[in-house]
Amino acid sequence: MVENRPILKIVTHLILIFGIVIVALPIWITFVASTHDEARMLQAPLPLLPGGHFFENFTKTLFGSGLAGSEVAPVWRMLLNSMAMAMMISIGKIIISLLSAFAIVYFKFPFRMGFFWLIFITLMLPVEVRILPTFEVVANLGMLNSYWGLSIPLIASATATFMFRQVFLTIPDEMLESARIDGAKPMRFFFDILLPLSRTNIAALFVILFIYGWNQYLWPLLITTDTDMTTIVMSIKQMLEAAEQSPQWNIIMMTALLAMIPPVFVVIAMQKMFVKGLTETDK
Amino acid sequence: MATISLKDLVKNYGKVEVLHHVEGEFHDGEFIVIVGPSGCGKSTLLRMVAGLETVTSGEIFIGDKMVNNLEPADRDIAMVFQNYALYPHMTVRENMAYGLKLRKFSKSDIERRVQEAATILEIQDYLDRRPRQLSGGQRQRVAMGRAIVRDPQVFLFDEPLSNLDAKLRVQMRLEIKKLQRKLGVTSIYVTHDQVEAMTLGDRLMVLNGGYVEQFGTPIDLYEKPASIFVAGFIGSPSMNFLPGHLANAHIELENGQKIPTTSVQQGDAIFGVRPEHMIVDENGPIEVVTDLCEQLGANTLVHGVLKDGKTGIVASIQGHWDYEPGSVLGFNVLPDNHHLFDKETQKRLEN
Repeated sequence: MVENRPILKIVTHLILIFGIVIVALPIWITFVASTHDEARMLQAPLPLLPGGHFFENFTKTLFGSGLAGSEVAPVWRMLLNSMAMAMMISIGKIIISLLSAFAIVYFKFPFRMGFFWLIFITLMLPVEVRILPTFEVVANLGMLNSYWGLSIPLIASATATFMFRQVFLTIPDEMLESARIDGAKPMRFFFDILLPLSRTNIAALFVILFIYGWNQYLWPLLITTDTDMTTIVMSIKQMLEAAEQSPQWNIIMMTALLAMIPPVFVVIAMQKMFVKGLTETDK
Repeated sequence: MATISLKDLVKNYGKVEVLHHVEGEFHDGEFIVIVGPSGCGKSTLLRMVAGLETVTSGEIFIGDKMVNNLEPADRDIAMVFQNYALYPHMTVRENMAYGLKLRKFSKSDIERRVQEAATILEIQDYLDRRPRQLSGGQRQRVAMGRAIVRDPQVFLFDEPLSNLDAKLRVQMRLEIKKLQRKLGVTSIYVTHDQVEAMTLGDRLMVLNGGYVEQFGTPIDLYEKPASIFVAGFIGSPSMNFLPGHLANAHIELENGQKIPTTSVQQGDAIFGVRPEHMIVDENGPIEVVTDLCEQLGANTLVHGVLKDGKTGIVASIQGHWDYEPGSVLGFNVLPDNHHLFDKETQKRLEN
């Protein structure tokens, strides 16, 4: 729409700026809090301008033992754990979903629709619903306190399977037939044709799944007892509850800030493909 | 290069039989066109030859090899699809080379073949472009290029021109014909466009409802259509059909007019005559009450109704004419251009 109404322009901008302030203020406060020392953070009023302790807090948080007096892993370790979990979940989900969508769309086998509905049903069973049996299984398999235990139960994914099924259904049948005449066997067709054609969708899904994995809270809380396996999202909560101390806001906020960086980075890096993957129809 | 033979071919979808005992012998290097209205099974037949559909019963031979159970890739065929089915993420070069790559041709051999095919089709300049950067006609050429690089025994075309605009279609039609002549590869071409069929085919197979109505050269089909369906399908505008009664070497039309014929048969019949064979003649036996005149430039289509009858008639007359609606025109038809069909069986009546 091209319009030329100055007042409307001002109003729309005001609304936008207001929205941005609402979204950005907590992040700003997080940042400001991470730049002051511990003592300043306990005084009122809350500082609104950055102080001079940013690098001090940064090294202390990232490489120190985090919170003084509590037994938590250093934050770099938690970042690593979170990263490993998020990557394993998103890549695992993408591989499993691609393969199952490939099977459901391109192969005729007995009970195909049965399997389809079976996958569909898992939509109604997120981890939170099946948490006890899943814990039992993971524990019996000896996967507590491991990356496998953190990621595998979260990998099965109906949504991603559906999305890929939808993507595959938009690819004309002639593509498959043409590949068959060219002499491509099923897996070759998968790698040479299907995979490149769903590249943008894979990227879009990766962004969503990475954030999903990164933000996991309940499941890691349950199956990790070893401090070396804590993820960063759950550690923030633990820091708040550190025994017999007033919360060290500067360290906690620095941790929160560090926890935000990887998802933001993923979104920014893949934004272009993300948008393309969700909107592109040209096949 | 190979012959193709179809032996008693049947195709079922579930319990529905869609192709009924199709027979055909296609010679080496021949251009066969399978033509028919949509839903007649022509694409199914082509896809069975390609190996994309299973054969319910009967046999398909390419050369002297029975190919019923062979994978499409092992049949030594190449196919051009209606929507071209180019791989969108590959360049033109990669599109053409893909089949060769999978067949483990050497790099230099692939490059040489791609260049050769590109030269024949005049697409050398686009080799590094993606399909989406090409126009419809260019994509069409790439699709053909993908077929010819492999140097297959058989080309299969599934309505390859129907996505092009009218002018380009005529041009590509000629090119396909020339290319096929030059390469001498046995080809099967499916279309619903009878003009395409007439111009391209060495022989035409007319399918209707899963039955082969007639199989012969375009001129055979035009001059001696085996049934009312073929007569109406081949030729444009289509043939006029006048119901009547055959007796004593005459056919009596519904309005009582008698036209002498050479036929000695008796009984109810359909008298067929092509619009372009109607000659204006004051004393002609077919009297038509005119309605509309369509002037096409080279000729005029006169639409009307048989006088004292209700059968619509179209006549195509050379030059520009304009008749008042309601005027009565007489037409004559040379005996050579008479077509007689049995009313019951819809088949052609021979003398």
